[in-house]
Amino acid sequence: MAQIFHRSTNTISRVSIFGALFIVAGLLWLTAQFQRSAWNTGVRVAREQPIQFSHERHVGGNGIDCRYCHTAVEDSSFAGTPPTKTCMNCHTEVFADSPFLKPVRDSFESDRPIAWTRVHDLPDFVHFDHSIHVNKGVGCTTCHGPVDRMPLMWQAESLQMEWCLDCHRRPEEYVRPRAEVFSVAYERPANQAELGRRLVAEYHIQKLTSCSTCHQ
Amino acid sequence: MNPGARTPFWRTLDELANDPAFCQRLYDEFPSQVEAITDPVERRTFLKLMGASIALAGLTACTRQPAEPIVPYVRQPEDLIPGKPLYFATAMTVGGIANGVLVESHEGRPTKIEGNPEHPGSLGATNIYAQAAILDLYDPDRARALTHLGEIRPWADFLTVIRGALMAQEPLQGSGLRILTESIGSPTLAAQIRELQARLPRATWHQWDSLGRDNARAGARLAFGDDVDAIYHFDQADVIVSLDADFLGSGPGGLRYAREFSARRRPDDAARMNRLYAIESMPSLTGARADHRFAVRPSEIGNLARSLASLVGVRGIAAGAQPPSSVNVNALAKDLGAARGRSLVIAGDSQPPLVHALAHAMNDVLGNGGKTVSYIDPVVAAPTDQLQSLRDLTTAMTAGQVDILVIVGGNPVYTAPSDLQFAEALDRVPLRIHLGSHGDETGERCLWRIPEAHFLESWSDARGYDGTVSIVQPLIEPLYAGRSAHELLAAMNGAPEKTPHDVVRDYWRTAFTAVGSGFSRFLRTASEPAAAIEANFEAAWRRWLHDGVVPDTADAPRTVSLKTDAIAAALAEEIRLAPSAVEGLRPDPTNAGIEISFRHDPSILDGRFANNGWLQELPKPITRLTWDNAVIVSPRTADRLGAGANPAYRGGEHGQIIVDVVELRSQGRTLRGPIFPVAGHPDDCATVHLGYGRRAGGHLAAGAGFDANTLRTSSAPWFARGVEVVNTGERYSLACTQYHHLMNGRGLVRATTRDEFIRDPRSVHEGYEAPPRTLTLVPEYPYEGYKWGMAIDVNACIGCNACVVGCQAENNIAVVGKDQVLRGREMHWLRVDTYHSGPADSPETYFQPVPCMQCENAPCEVVCPVAATSHSHEGLNDMVYNRCVGTRYCSNNCPYKVRRFNYLLYQDWNTPSLKLGRNPDVTVRSRGVMEKCTYCVQRINEAKITAEKENRRVADGEIKTACQAVCPADAIVFGDLNDPASRVAKLQSEARNYSILAELNTRPRTTYLAAVRNVNPEIGE
Repeated sequence: MAQIFHRSTNTISRVSIFGALFIVAGLLWLTAQFQRSAWNTGVRVAREQPIQFSHERHVGGNGIDCRYCHTAVEDSSFAGTPPTKTCMNCHTEVFADSPFLKPVRDSFESDRPIAWTRVHDLPDFVHFDHSIHVNKGVGCTTCHGPVDRMPLMWQAESLQMEWCLDCHRRPEEYVRPRAEVFSVAYERPANQAELGRRLVAEYHIQKLTSCSTCHQ
Repeated sequence: MNPGARTPFWRTLDELANDPAFCQRLYDEFPSQVEAITDPVERRTFLKLMGASIALAGLTACTRQPAEPIVPYVRQPEDLIPGKPLYFATAMTVGGIANGVLVESHEGRPTKIEGNPEHPGSLGATNIYAQAAILDLYDPDRARALTHLGEIRPWADFLTVIRGALMAQEPLQGSGLRILTESIGSPTLAAQIRELQARLPRATWHQWDSLGRDNARAGARLAFGDDVDAIYHFDQADVIVSLDADFLGSGPGGLRYAREFSARRRPDDAARMNRLYAIESMPSLTGARADHRFAVRPSEIGNLARSLASLVGVRGIAAGAQPPSSVNVNALAKDLGAARGRSLVIAGDSQPPLVHALAHAMNDVLGNGGKTVSYIDPVVAAPTDQLQSLRDLTTAMTAGQVDILVIVGGNPVYTAPSDLQFAEALDRVPLRIHLGSHGDETGERCLWRIPEAHFLESWSDARGYDGTVSIVQPLIEPLYAGRSAHELLAAMNGAPEKTPHDVVRDYWRTAFTAVGSGFSRFLRTASEPAAAIEANFEAAWRRWLHDGVVPDTADAPRTVSLKTDAIAAALAEEIRLAPSAVEGLRPDPTNAGIEISFRHDPSILDGRFANNGWLQELPKPITRLTWDNAVIVSPRTADRLGAGANPAYRGGEHGQIIVDVVELRSQGRTLRGPIFPVAGHPDDCATVHLGYGRRAGGHLAAGAGFDANTLRTSSAPWFARGVEVVNTGERYSLACTQYHHLMNGRGLVRATTRDEFIRDPRSVHEGYEAPPRTLTLVPEYPYEGYKWGMAIDVNACIGCNACVVGCQAENNIAVVGKDQVLRGREMHWLRVDTYHSGPADSPETYFQPVPCMQCENAPCEVVCPVAATSHSHEGLNDMVYNRCVGTRYCSNNCPYKVRRFNYLLYQDWNTPSLKLGRNPDVTVRSRGVMEKCTYCVQRINEAKITAEKENRRVADGEIKTACQAVCPADAIVFGDLNDPASRVAKLQSEARNYSILAELNTRPRTTYLAAVRNVNPEIGE
């Protein structure tokens, strides 16, 4: 009886048996890479907005404090998006006729709000509270990145759960003095380990990793 | 299981009868799937299908979030912090009486209602109607446009028509104009109607409110010769006798009465425990809380009241026929007599005026006036005999004397007694206008239909049960261009440009400025310069709006004098006219002699809340029926008719009950409805609830149940004799949750008597075992921060269901519909289990609210394959929706059956108006996800964040769970068990405290306090 399989089949089957492990591992690695990729998380993807608003100009150039526009950040879960009125506080005088600002003027005159595109969009099953983070010494730029260097806003971090948990498990690595929370120029000091430990104790920072801390 | 010395409790009549077939069903947990599991071929198909669903379910999870817009304000309102709710005080009126509420508003969207602690009728609690009002506001079936003969018309067209019609009436002095309103508590609206009447003096104002209290009004007139409202002071009452009065469940002041009543039931203060006797027909919440309940037919209560009155010594009243032997009237009279000035007799609204008068007379003789009961001027404007008023209107309409009929709210076509033929008479009116929230039966017959603004959309004013005035302020612009009654009346008064705000404010400014008349006597006493008055008024107005009450406007008690002779004369007259009715003679014990009793539905009242899914799906107290009404009879009467409930099943937790349909025949009218036996109901009597069988009014209202108004006549609006009941042999499915989650003989509720409790406070635990705390393999988790816990006092709970609807509103809980309830799939995170003990004709009743127990050794956690449910560092049993894959192992392993699974997509993700009402702090769950009570973790987190920002601990009482906040009886207490001074820690250390199913060593965080009854030793148990 002739052989059904060619002799090379032996090699192929040996390779596949050993290779299976690597193929499965490789697929898992690919999946992990894919779901962490910028395509999936939206990291460093600048969003189109109805107005070409530049944080680089307003924060970096003009030195406006975060809280001038994001007024609710110290009190509420939501940092607050500025009403058109806030824009018009300056832009009735500054660049009052700029064609780029026409949508702002239109909004103010017609009483129709500007619909911005959300950049930092957490899933609906997550509850995030800005006020407690700001009050516990988590700086704006820790999560939002170098806002003063972003002409159009983008998401600096993945906002995935592992990223949240990284800080919730080791807050001493990221916490900064309360006075520096709104500083965009703040640099992580050399003595972060020692400073972090001191601030965690001083600000009564708890390492909250229970599910219901965020999922409610 | 060792039953030991414990009292046997039961939930259903089948359980009491120990029916073997029924017991077998208890063991078949998933009856619909038994065949699929046991048949090997079916099993493979089942697994294949399951595999496919899992694979597909996995794929559907792969979605990218769509881009979301952020829409800020153009000009942000002052005081508003985005993301932080604001609270506004207003008031909700039902039946002319208001309760103060605080409404939570998220960026202008009202999302949740709480009671106003400053309001005397609320004291911070709310009833189910206030809780469900949010859903009413966003109801997609609401009337959306002003229509004339079905065509949408602008408001200006209506103004032209009404102006023309009223001008034509001017020469006639308005004799062709009739206004029909419900009971009106709003002083401004009453003043507007009077203003119209001043211009058109012959215009008539009719009133018909199916929740009207004609009997109570006429009873007070008979007793005192004047219109007065009785208000009760349960904090002063030691002995209470209710004559078919459900003062805990319904009626004016119910929330306050429940609070005061429950506060006097704490066994740790046994000397102050009150004692309640309830003589009633349909088992009510009040009857369930009574220490002694006597089931009699409604027609027998008159005679009992007479016997009791004669025994307590009311002059001129002789005892009538021998009362039923089951009622120990002598013992009641003796107990009442021993508590002179500290007792209370209350007659129910469905009892005739004479019974009310006798109750007033008894309170007078017992010296209760000014102590446990006081009398004030009527709270509603222009109290009148509403049935007569409606009768007059119908007569006038039939005679063609009515040219214009303006129906301001209400649904008289549906609610009017059937013999009046109101609908047919209405058709004869040339110009008929209806202001209504839904396109209901009345609206359908009117030419002009004006959408009515919800109370959260309009300015108004209202008065509480004791007369306290509240200003009703809107939370949101009318969603569908709704108009309020004030706008309609302003238009009729020739001032259509006046906004409701101005109408209400002007009324109160006038009252504030004019010294010494009307309400001004409360507001100001000294005369001030005009400028000061204006400034003071502005400040006062803002204060009233902020507080939700106008201070010191509760009516002062007035002195009344009892007209004993008039009562005796009325009694003699009644005996002369209808001896059997007064003497309480037993009716003919054949089918022809059955008595019928009409009641408002406990959930949807007279049908006004019939389109509210939260209320429709709410298991009604005692019967625990949802989505239907039924012909409720005693088990013995059901047997005699050859009809009974057959707890069939269609799946899940034995959700379906198949019952016989009976036909009720009376005076040529017939009515068909499913029969439902209820323990504790009197024999030879049937109770039917009004509010169902609607033909219009929204897609939930129309079609559910049967219309009991068909048999209701104006001569006997509450109970009648001589109704023939015939079993048709047809079958009907009722969705009754009493059969869900049966306890199968396990002792979940514990009760004892006061004397036994004093002898040994721990005696309630006899016969129950609890494993030692050391019985665990893993070391105890050290809770360093907070350790949340809850204590529920079974002895305080009145079973009103407010917590269930409150939980639903707070936690975005879906409505599933009757078909799914039939399968045992209702989604309520909190249920109120009802237990009975004793015989079926006179059972004791206990209510036990069951949320998640938040077990320390939680059986659900260990079986979850994906760790979607796990313990938090504060002891909560967290449920993570986004992690859940829907195996339902946790629910299967939960001994308390508190987990709820989204078998289908129960949430309405599409209807825009419903999106507005959801709580933004709670995840909206989708299909295939398990959910359960979280102890309102969103409220815990909010309070913790606030406390952390202020660098302090959360104070005791700072966090109130939704169920706790609404509870009128103060039965639910939540707090930190790590703080020994907290209320919950103290309650959990009381002798009455117990865990349900403690023998399983789950160590629940939610514990219960056993019920204690204050039994009269002379009557015994």
